[in-house]
Amino acid sequence: MDQSISWITVGSVEDIPRQGSRVVRTEGGDIALFRTVTDEVYALEDRCPHAGGPLSQGIVHGARVTCPLHNWVIDLASGEAVGPDEGCAGHCPVRVVDGTVQLGLAAFRPGRGGCGHG
Amino acid sequence: MSTHTNPPPPAHPLKAPRERLVVVGNGMAGIRTLEELLAKAPDRYDITVFGAEPHPNYNRIMLSPVLAGEKTFEQIVLNGRDWYEANGIKLLTGDRVEAVDRANRTVTAMSGLTVAYDRLLIATGSTPFIIPVPGATLPGVVGFRDLADVETMLEAAARGGRAVVIGGGLLGLEAANGLKVKGMDVTVLHLMDTLMERQLDRSAGALLRHELEGRGIAVLTGADTAEIVGNERVSAVRLKNGQELPADLVVMAVGIRPNMALGKAAGLACGRGIQVDDAMTTSDPAILSVGECVEHRGQTYGLVAPLFEMAKVAADRLAGGVESAYTGSVTSTKLKVTGVDVFSAGDFTGGKDCEDIVFRDAARGVYKRVVVKENRILGAVLYGDTKDGGWYFQMLKDGTEVAPVRDTLIFGPNFGGGFGGEGAANPKAAVAALPDSAEICGCNGVCKGTIVKAITEKGLSSLDEVRAHTKASASCGSCTGQVEQLLALTLGDGYAGEAKAKPMCKCTDRTHDEVRRAITALELKSIPDVMQRLEWRTPDGCHHCRPALNYYLLCEWPGEYKDDSRSRYINERVHANIQKDGTYSVVPRMWGGLTSAKELRAIADVVDKFAIPTVKVTGGQRIDLFGVKKEDLPAVWADLNAAGMVSGHAYAKGLRTVKTCVGSEWCRFGTQDSTGLGVKLERMTWGTWTPHKVKLAVSGCPRNCAEATIKDLGVVCVDSGYELHVGGNGGMHVRACDLLVKVETEAEVLEYTGAYMQLYREEARYLERTAPWLERVGLDHIKRRLVDDPEGRAALNARFLFSQSFSQDDPWAERASGSVDRHEFAPLAQVG
Ligand SMILES: Cc1cc2nc3c(=O)[nH]c(=O)nc-3n(C[C@H](O)[C@H](O)[C@H](O)COP(=O)(O)OP(=O)(O)OC[C@H]3O[C@@H](n4cnc5c(N)ncnc54)[C@H](O)[C@@H]3O)c2cc1C
Ligand code: HEM
Ligand code: SF4
Ligand code: SF4
Ligand code: FES
Repeated sequence: MDQSISWITVGSVEDIPRQGSRVVRTEGGDIALFRTVTDEVYALEDRCPHAGGPLSQGIVHGARVTCPLHNWVIDLASGEAVGPDEGCAGHCPVRVVDGTVQLGLAAFRPGRGGCGHG
Repeated sequence: MSTHTNPPPPAHPLKAPRERLVVVGNGMAGIRTLEELLAKAPDRYDITVFGAEPHPNYNRIMLSPVLAGEKTFEQIVLNGRDWYEANGIKLLTGDRVEAVDRANRTVTAMSGLTVAYDRLLIATGSTPFIIPVPGATLPGVVGFRDLADVETMLEAAARGGRAVVIGGGLLGLEAANGLKVKGMDVTVLHLMDTLMERQLDRSAGALLRHELEGRGIAVLTGADTAEIVGNERVSAVRLKNGQELPADLVVMAVGIRPNMALGKAAGLACGRGIQVDDAMTTSDPAILSVGECVEHRGQTYGLVAPLFEMAKVAADRLAGGVESAYTGSVTSTKLKVTGVDVFSAGDFTGGKDCEDIVFRDAARGVYKRVVVKENRILGAVLYGDTKDGGWYFQMLKDGTEVAPVRDTLIFGPNFGGGFGGEGAANPKAAVAALPDSAEICGCNGVCKGTIVKAITEKGLSSLDEVRAHTKASASCGSCTGQVEQLLALTLGDGYAGEAKAKPMCKCTDRTHDEVRRAITALELKSIPDVMQRLEWRTPDGCHHCRPALNYYLLCEWPGEYKDDSRSRYINERVHANIQKDGTYSVVPRMWGGLTSAKELRAIADVVDKFAIPTVKVTGGQRIDLFGVKKEDLPAVWADLNAAGMVSGHAYAKGLRTVKTCVGSEWCRFGTQDSTGLGVKLERMTWGTWTPHKVKLAVSGCPRNCAEATIKDLGVVCVDSGYELHVGGNGGMHVRACDLLVKVETEAEVLEYTGAYMQLYREEARYLERTAPWLERVGLDHIKRRLVDDPEGRAALNARFLFSQSFSQDDPWAERASGSVDRHEFAPLAQVG
């Protein structure tokens, strides 16, 4: 695997509801971990690029989540808002090793807002 | 070559022999001209039609749905051979006319047949432009013009493999969609960087591209084809930048060229097409021409609406008219890909002195742009919601001053006139608001007044009949929805509706009603079951369909179906209302608006203990605690539960509140115990799940202090009993209730309420409030089910009470106990 990233174990895949999300608290803010219907796990900053809505509270469908505040749809892999909206939620490398979820927090990539960030 | 002339016209004792009309081209414009002509002067001509294709006249526009497998060829035939026979028209199919001898007034066809004419109509349409690159004539390279092309594509698709469509315009995209639906791997190559750049602006083009990519169609823009590669058959397409795309089929859809060869050879004046004047007459007065093969005032056309206008004029002139004139057309376009709504009209490049009005709704995938110059509409692009296209197009064509409606222009004609919860636009109101002169069917130029008149005068009751009598919705079908609304508006209850309505969402082609029927008929009992059996296009739906399916299943299988919390909007999942800062508000139930010192004390304690910043009395007569942190929710609930309070479901598509006035207990005007009745109603109905929120109220006398007549169900007490009012709501578009019935006892009020709730639960579509539901099905329908049918009413009420027996568990207690969804409220981990 990628040697340059240090991985932090945050829990097991089973702790995240399928088609759901759990939050990891960090000093830099909340990271939302998503588990899709096919058990892939993704990690995004828990802030919608639109107006900061908590993405962890949205409906997960396919590899996307719909923000609970104004229904922006965010691609889980890239954090990008699905067109025509523009913006990107910060995202964080994540991997699953033997059923445990590991975050590469140091490699967190911040997002960029659409409108009205914050 | 054998020379052959028409059989002599049958001897007729009174009339002179008829004139001979020959039509070259058995396509849409030519035959439309004949239809118009037969209506005006049925006996004037002996008519012969030559068609190069081996088929009778069909609706070329509908080749796209044939390719996509949504229609069969038989369904798109416009006039079968029996029509030609019945009208005494001689039809020669599969026989291309090769020459016109203007001096002798004859035409000669490929078969050698020569026919004499007095008047000749050339309607040869156009041919696909094949870009002149090496390999363009290899087998496996087709245009998209006629049934033969579609058959070639379907054969290729049956073998699977890869298709490359060159050209990302209307035709190319319809071809790409059809081939994709048929199972091919499809790539669209487009020279420009915006799809359909002649009809769409960048934003709409991007939305469209995204939609198509979501369906698995690859799109390459800025792609310039250098060569089509292959030995015996096409095997790949090579681009100028060297990229090579493997291909088993190549569809050329880069444009069309007017098919003017015959006219040119005959020495008629030609430019980009066969030149005609306003009477559709060519440089030879005996020869007329219509359709895509003509050039009129320097313009050529590639859509049916202008051709049909030409056909009208040509027919009139052929019938002996001297006045009618064709003066050119402004066109509008719709893309016919199921589930993709795109509309464009006029000039929307914008620029100096132009004003752009833009509306976006990201969640619904809607983009609308109207370009206004000097107070008149210059162009419009609509994506995702095209129902107002006709309205804009009409104003564009009429040059209507838009200043008076400028501020709400982008919301369409029904803005402010409609109703409905959460701003749901009401298409019926939109159609109702149109003037009689508004064009509904763009293809055939049929306006609202004509359709309504045909419905009433000819007693039409279905879409097919309207199509047969008016031609509205008979061509591309984009106006079908509006025609259905007109049927519904004109016939009211007499209109049974049509099978096809809007699909539920992009994951499926089925409508809400179809999905519900399938759930019942196929006994589908879980969301994955529904998606599997009804062939959802996405693995697990989207935020539109999942909550709807969850509701339909819950309603259909009470006690059996297990609620899927993952398919619920966050508020219903955590039983609180999310606020804009991500905190929650908590509203405990106060039965009928009553509370007590004990409850108020408990609320005060919770507010102190959890430092809740705002406490407010709601419009629903209870208290809202704002700014509760998510992880505090279970503890807040536990404390409120301990004082006997339960969730107020202020977050739910379910029963919200029963608002009451004090009634006869205290009020000097009160006729009945409105508060007591309100409490009973709330006790009976709380916890139910409904298509949308439901609010009840009870007023103690007609002064109506509880505002009962703008509720989903409102009771107004009178001396002699209770009036039940239904289908009202506050919100953006206030709708006052309709009176359903007057009853004498509280027991009847309760039974009616249960039955009404259940009817709404079973019939309304998800997210449809009672007001639009009532408008859709009609008050009479509801009266028939509830008032005229006591047994049915009792059965509905029984079903309601049965489902209530499973739904009246306080969700707060379940979660406060920690047994349900604990993971919703605690973080997974804390790091750093
Ligand atoms: C796939 C597809 C989708 C379309 N979608 C839309 C749409 O959504 N909206 C819209 O407005 N328009 C649409 N169009 C365009 C529309 O179909 C045309 O504008 C219309 O058919 C043109 O009518 P026409 O009579 O001029 O030509 P045609 O309908 O092409 O008729 C010409 C006929 O003449 C025959 N012919 C040609 N030369 C000879 C000859 N020498 N002798 C005998 N017969 C001859 C041809 O074989 C053909 O059958 C679409 C076209 C296609 C191909
Ligand atoms: C996120 C969106 C919304 C939230 C969080 C919200 C929240 C609330 C709450 C908490 C109440 C008090 C109700 C109660 O006591 O149960 C209320 C009342 C009300 N809301 Fe909303 N609401 C929302 C959207 C809407 C919309 C879109 C409409 C209009 C269609 C609407 C119309 C009303 C009305 C008319 C009342 C008064 C109800 C009554 O007096 O019976 N609300 N809302
Ligand atoms: S509605 Fe009638 S009974 Fe109720 S409070 Fe008002 S006046 Fe009194
Ligand atoms: S009326 Fe008030 S509470 Fe209701 S949606 Fe608007 S701002 Fe929010
Ligand atoms: S904050 Fe996410 S959609 Fe508005």
